[in-house]
Amino acid sequence: MAAIVSVSNLSKTYDGGFEALKSVSLEIEEGEILALLGPNGAGKTTLISVICGISTATSGHVAVGGHDVVDAYRDARRLIGLVPQEINLEPFETVMNTVRFSRGLFGKPRNDAHLEEVLRRLSLWDKRDTQIKSLSGGMKRRVLIAKALSHEPRVLFLDEPTAGVDVELRRDMWNTVADLKSHGVTIILTTHYIEEAEAMADRIGIIARGEIRLVREKADLMRELGKKRLVIELNAPTAAVPAALEPYDLARSADGCELTYTYDSRKERTGITRLLTDLSAAGLQLKDIRTEQSSLEDIFVGLVHEDAS
Amino acid sequence: MNLTAIAAIYRFEMARTFRTLLQSVVSPVLSTSLYFVVFGAAIGSRIDQVEGVSYGAFIVPGLIMLSVVTQSVTNAAFGIYFPKFIGTIYELLSAPASFLEITAGYVLAAATKSFAIGLIILATAFLFVDITIQHPIWMLAFLVLTCLSFSLLGFIIGIWAQNFEQLQLVPLLIITPLIFLGGSFYSVTMLPPVWQTITLFNPVVYLVSGFRWSFFGLADVAIGWSLLAIVAFTAICIAIIGWIFRTGWRIRS
Repeated sequence: MAAIVSVSNLSKTYDGGFEALKSVSLEIEEGEILALLGPNGAGKTTLISVICGISTATSGHVAVGGHDVVDAYRDARRLIGLVPQEINLEPFETVMNTVRFSRGLFGKPRNDAHLEEVLRRLSLWDKRDTQIKSLSGGMKRRVLIAKALSHEPRVLFLDEPTAGVDVELRRDMWNTVADLKSHGVTIILTTHYIEEAEAMADRIGIIARGEIRLVREKADLMRELGKKRLVIELNAPTAAVPAALEPYDLARSADGCELTYTYDSRKERTGITRLLTDLSAAGLQLKDIRTEQSSLEDIFVGLVHEDAS
Repeated sequence: MNLTAIAAIYRFEMARTFRTLLQSVVSPVLSTSLYFVVFGAAIGSRIDQVEGVSYGAFIVPGLIMLSVVTQSVTNAAFGIYFPKFIGTIYELLSAPASFLEITAGYVLAAATKSFAIGLIILATAFLFVDITIQHPIWMLAFLVLTCLSFSLLGFIIGIWAQNFEQLQLVPLLIITPLIFLGGSFYSVTMLPPVWQTITLFNPVVYLVSGFRWSFFGLADVAIGWSLLAIVAFTAICIAIIGWIFRTGWRIRS
């Protein structure tokens, strides 16, 4: 697949001297959903702002659909839809007029049938003649999405689309994104909800302190970095981990009823068989055992921690 | 050229004008009518004529200019300041539209509004005084140019302003005094000689003078100078706006 967004050596230093992006390079493939995960202030919004033309880069280049976002900004921006993080909407205008304005601004001829389809898809059709100020927060967020979709973008940027949104709307949003993907739209979303990235993305990029720490296929990432834990429930609490079991680096729960063994499930020898043998040799009686797969959250926290140390 | 974008901005801005019709149109007309009553009837009864024109009629061009200039500046300034204030400017910055197109959309909308107000005030003036317009085409040309150039200035102010106070500051502290001291209600020849010279540094003098010439054939400064002044003023505003968008001053981080 060809890259539809290509970011090379992009740096951005703000006037105050804050280095928001440090030589970021990133290729986004056509038709994929890329989730950019990162803590607050990591540079997610700055990256999107530079790609979309809201901020100017200090150095480096960005091309969208092969068009440089500075030299050929018209061709590049025509392909892009942006849903900003903040709810920035003209409060006194109606939903329909606001969406129609967006379409016109992007140079597309009036097409009310398309706008109707967009509004229906986002459950906004009944609200089309309502003033934006009287909509709920969730509805306003949908209006932002409708504005971005009004001009039929091929690349859609969603900057924290579900921040402060209730569970139901979040599910709706995920469905909308899946639906857009099926229509061939490339989607880049930023989030700090890991479950969101896990649920939606094809690839996951982790950004921290202005640097892309890693970009990986979600499945690969989960498999590669995924560690498993074996939780052993004991019949009777143990006061300490027996000396014979020290090499396994077991974690004892506070009440002494559980021991947790962390292992890499991809390795040929996980050490489980020997551990179980040694457990009974040490005189511990097992009540139950279970395994846990580490989530993306653990991976994320791990990377960001590694960064801090 | 993204003409669709210009049209979209223009329509969006005009829709706002119609939403706030009372404040946009009725209030300038009302305040101008008050000027007619105070200046025309009360003071005018003590001043016979100015250069052969009744005082009531003499002030009509100046009154129209007063409203048109103030309205152009405040409308255009608010038009671009509001998206900055509520954050919707992100969409303008990320749109496939050039600075020229964005400016055109906002400025044309603001100018249309003040042009309409100018015509309404002129119509209102007919109710109070007898006027014959000697050069109607020139009158319209001056009106259009004034609306456009001061809307451009307003657009710059709207981008420059970082809060509502600053937004009010320039119209209040600079534009209004310039208009009042620009010969709106008197002929420059009525001033002492020193002030006649000083007043020539006020750009509004050229505007009012040219506009009044189109009504009565009377001018404080030669009509050519009036035209030149307003064209030069427009050109300066366009150059400043071009620079703003190239550098992203106060709009693009």
